[in-house]
Amino acid sequence: MGLLSDPNRRQALIKLLTRLNAPICGMPVDWLVKTMQARGLEVFTQSFSRTLPFPDENTERYVVKGTNVYGILRAPRAPRTEALVLSAPCTPGDNNNQAVGLLLGLAHYFRNQVYWAKDIIFLVNEHDLIGMQAWLEGYHHTNVTGMDWSPLQGRGGSIQAALSLELSSDVVTSLDIVLEGLNGQLPNLDLANLFYAFCQKIGVLCTIQGKLQRNDWDSASGYNHAVQTMMLMVMKQASGRPWGDHGLFLRYHIEAATVKGVNSFRHYKTDATTIGRLLEGMYRKLNNLLERLHQSYFFYLLPSLSHFVSIGYYMPAFGLLAVILLLRALDLWVQLSAQPSRTEDGVAGTEQSNPGVLSVLTPLVISHLTGAALYMLPVRFQEVAVEHFPVSETEAVVLTAIAVYTAGLALPHNTHRYPDMGWRVLKLVALLYLAVLLGCTAVINFSLGFILALTLVPAAAYVTPHVPKALSAFFLVALSPACTLLFSVFFFQELQEMPVSFQDGWLLYLSVIAQGMLDHYLYGSLVFPLVALLVYPCWLLFWNILFWK
Amino acid sequence: MAAPLTLLMIVAVTVRAVLFRSSLAELISERVEVVSPITAWKRVIEGLALLDLGVSPYSGDVFHETPLIIYLFHFLVDYAEITFMLADVVTAAALYAAAKDYNKQVFRKQKFALEADRYPPDCLELIRTPLEMHYVPLKVAMFYLLNPFTILSCVAKSTCGLNNMVISLFILCTVKGNVLLSAIFLCLATYQSVYPLTLCAPAMLYLMQRQYIPVNLRRVSFWWFVVQYLFMYLGSLFVLVCLSFFLLGSWDYMPSVYGFILSVPDLTPNIGLFWYFFAEMFEHFRLFFLCVFQINVFFYTIPLSIKLKEHPVFLIFMQLAVISIFKSYPTVGDVALYMAFLPLWSHLHRFLRNIFLVSCVLLACSALFPVLWHLWIYAGSANSNFYYAITLLFNVAQILLVSDYFYAFLRREHHLTYGLYLKKKDGSEATLVLK
Repeated sequence: MGLLSDPNRRQALIKLLTRLNAPICGMPVDWLVKTMQARGLEVFTQSFSRTLPFPDENTERYVVKGTNVYGILRAPRAPRTEALVLSAPCTPGDNNNQAVGLLLGLAHYFRNQVYWAKDIIFLVNEHDLIGMQAWLEGYHHTNVTGMDWSPLQGRGGSIQAALSLELSSDVVTSLDIVLEGLNGQLPNLDLANLFYAFCQKIGVLCTIQGKLQRNDWDSASGYNHAVQTMMLMVMKQASGRPWGDHGLFLRYHIEAATVKGVNSFRHYKTDATTIGRLLEGMYRKLNNLLERLHQSYFFYLLPSLSHFVSIGYYMPAFGLLAVILLLRALDLWVQLSAQPSRTEDGVAGTEQSNPGVLSVLTPLVISHLTGAALYMLPVRFQEVAVEHFPVSETEAVVLTAIAVYTAGLALPHNTHRYPDMGWRVLKLVALLYLAVLLGCTAVINFSLGFILALTLVPAAAYVTPHVPKALSAFFLVALSPACTLLFSVFFFQELQEMPVSFQDGWLLYLSVIAQGMLDHYLYGSLVFPLVALLVYPCWLLFWNILFWK
Repeated sequence: MAAPLTLLMIVAVTVRAVLFRSSLAELISERVEVVSPITAWKRVIEGLALLDLGVSPYSGDVFHETPLIIYLFHFLVDYAEITFMLADVVTAAALYAAAKDYNKQVFRKQKFALEADRYPPDCLELIRTPLEMHYVPLKVAMFYLLNPFTILSCVAKSTCGLNNMVISLFILCTVKGNVLLSAIFLCLATYQSVYPLTLCAPAMLYLMQRQYIPVNLRRVSFWWFVVQYLFMYLGSLFVLVCLSFFLLGSWDYMPSVYGFILSVPDLTPNIGLFWYFFAEMFEHFRLFFLCVFQINVFFYTIPLSIKLKEHPVFLIFMQLAVISIFKSYPTVGDVALYMAFLPLWSHLHRFLRNIFLVSCVLLACSALFPVLWHLWIYAGSANSNFYYAITLLFNVAQILLVSDYFYAFLRREHHLTYGLYLKKKDGSEATLVLK
């Protein structure tokens, strides 16, 4: 006995799916409200609007308006203190019709069961992440991002877990689970294990990062495959953007994942009934939870769905990189404190080392002002840029950012009164600053911290005014955050087995920068302010040291 | 020297004003590292609201500051930002003047000792010159005004700034030799938070030194001075307590203020050591551990006073540090006050052994406090152990800093008495070992 074993219900689901196959412009709010009410749910809508800081290249407009529709299935005999969420983003066109149909079919089935102890909220959100952000902010009465939304009329209890569905075709050969959320936050590993266990029980093929599991762990190609899967996860986590609608739930301490249906033209196909049974099973498991999922790891990397790398394994790698910086700083400290005893004149000795701290202030202030310019100028001056150059707003923003970044390289270096000792003090301060910065980043978003550490630590430790200038300058620029992002874009495409040409890669790079800035303004992603306000000024300090006269 | 000081004050006031007007002010006033249940501005507003309604401000266990504070802000609530900025400026000016006076006395004492030929011949490089001492008062003011901890404390409108002002005025009056004002300001500081009580000992030692009264327990003049000082101190305390009673008409401020500080009922996380311990303690042992923790603050007074009876200003520094580390609800404003003293001991730099490690750890901990708070409270991936680990590390680094300076100070005194390059009896070089 399971979902849709009843032929009537199967008919109803097929009717729904056929109906949704027709192209729709915007979201069919009234139809959804009527259908959900017919299923016996308490239906409410929420309208929202957001003024984008610059028009997204996908939407090409400044203001995004939409409506979310959600229906609450009240638990028959339980106090209304906890809730679960099943959501399907509804984008214009027929991108996600099957998911909405499945959601409505499941709602109909769930309504007739008596074992629900938590309320189930069926949410259809418009404009993907923007709609989801508006709904979550309305539900939790916060306003993090300055969005305009109407208050929610109906509410369940505190949300324990959520799943988001993305099904693009009615024939599915495998299910992909997406875990990476905003700022690299991951749901509890128990949720991924739950999904994998159910897939195996029901016999559905499941993948992670779009790659299948392999059984040959000992062979080189199997190991290679696992490393590629893990590197994909690292790249996705480092970008700090939510890779599915679930990504925004994690900030509110709600474990969530996105389930994507993939049609890869395999021989063995799965139908909507099986997926429905899988989701029903998962929801029954989540229904039985007595407390929030917290027993398993929150920090992990997945080379496959049956293996994971915990924080205890990967953090020491980062720790060793940070130790390089600290040892170099210690070495500089010893050099600096050995200096005054060599000078004969006590007064000149103190003069050498004492104003060192103040002389560091000028490069620090200049590099942070440049970082602040990189953060604020692109969005503020997009109108001015559009007037003077024949580019669209998005391009103007991105190109201004790149221009400010490159202009920072040509900054005047301050007058150096202490040619020998001054750069040592500056390097000491810069090394400690970088170590603390990378440490804090790695604790919050390990992948971002590790990638930045891998590229910045060798250059930072190596650079002095006495190394060959042209070669070191080239390497320092090649390892700077912007170029790291460029290489990562190409690397990411390679890992996904969709390598791009240089032109396409460059355009993709520009769109990645635009998306990163938009993520910061829309959802509060920390990657853009971190890189612009903290990492880039730190890198500029090392550039300053390289060109110390 | 007035011009650099004025410039410094203008820069400091500008930075604070800019931060007051930005959106960061609200964020900072919520941080648990910057405000505690005693010093939070939100609670002062709550107390004022209760007072306006005619109810005692101490009802409801929200407000834990003294009645004088609430009456001060009754008149100044619209000018709160200016009040706190002014408090910081007055503190810096008081520390500047105190440092200048102290330097003058140190230099005079040194001159007498040189003329009396009391220093061994090879330790001339340890003698302080007027050139190096010239910029020390300005550095003291700068260390206080431009310390990020002080700026955060001011922008959050934490009443710790007012406490720091009173303590720095007490230090100024003590250094200038004014017994009555010193007792009155110390009494104000004790009245607000109990712990400055331990500063009685260094104050008395300094004033006795200044009036050439020998510190000898068998002399009548010693005890007579102690009696005088304690009479002034306890008298002003009595006056203040009675004044508070008459201001509010009841004694319920005593358990709310002093009972709260001493019995630590509120276990909100902060940068101190109490909250985690008492969160997991059985009720049966609570009183015992409470006594142990509170005695820990007062315990170091007598031994330190005996060891440092010739150097009462260093004793004030050590006492302030001990109070900031071991008090029941410390905040970064308390840490900023004793850090302002560090330029006074810049001549000890060559004897400090752990300064690099301490600076790195303090920097890293200050950066990790908000990160681990976010991971614990918002992301839910960490728990209180992580935050307490950073708290412990921060306090261990502070203790290491203070003990390092203590070691360096004693070592310099030792060298000034026995010479810089020590030789054993057969003439070979000796090494100094701290046992």
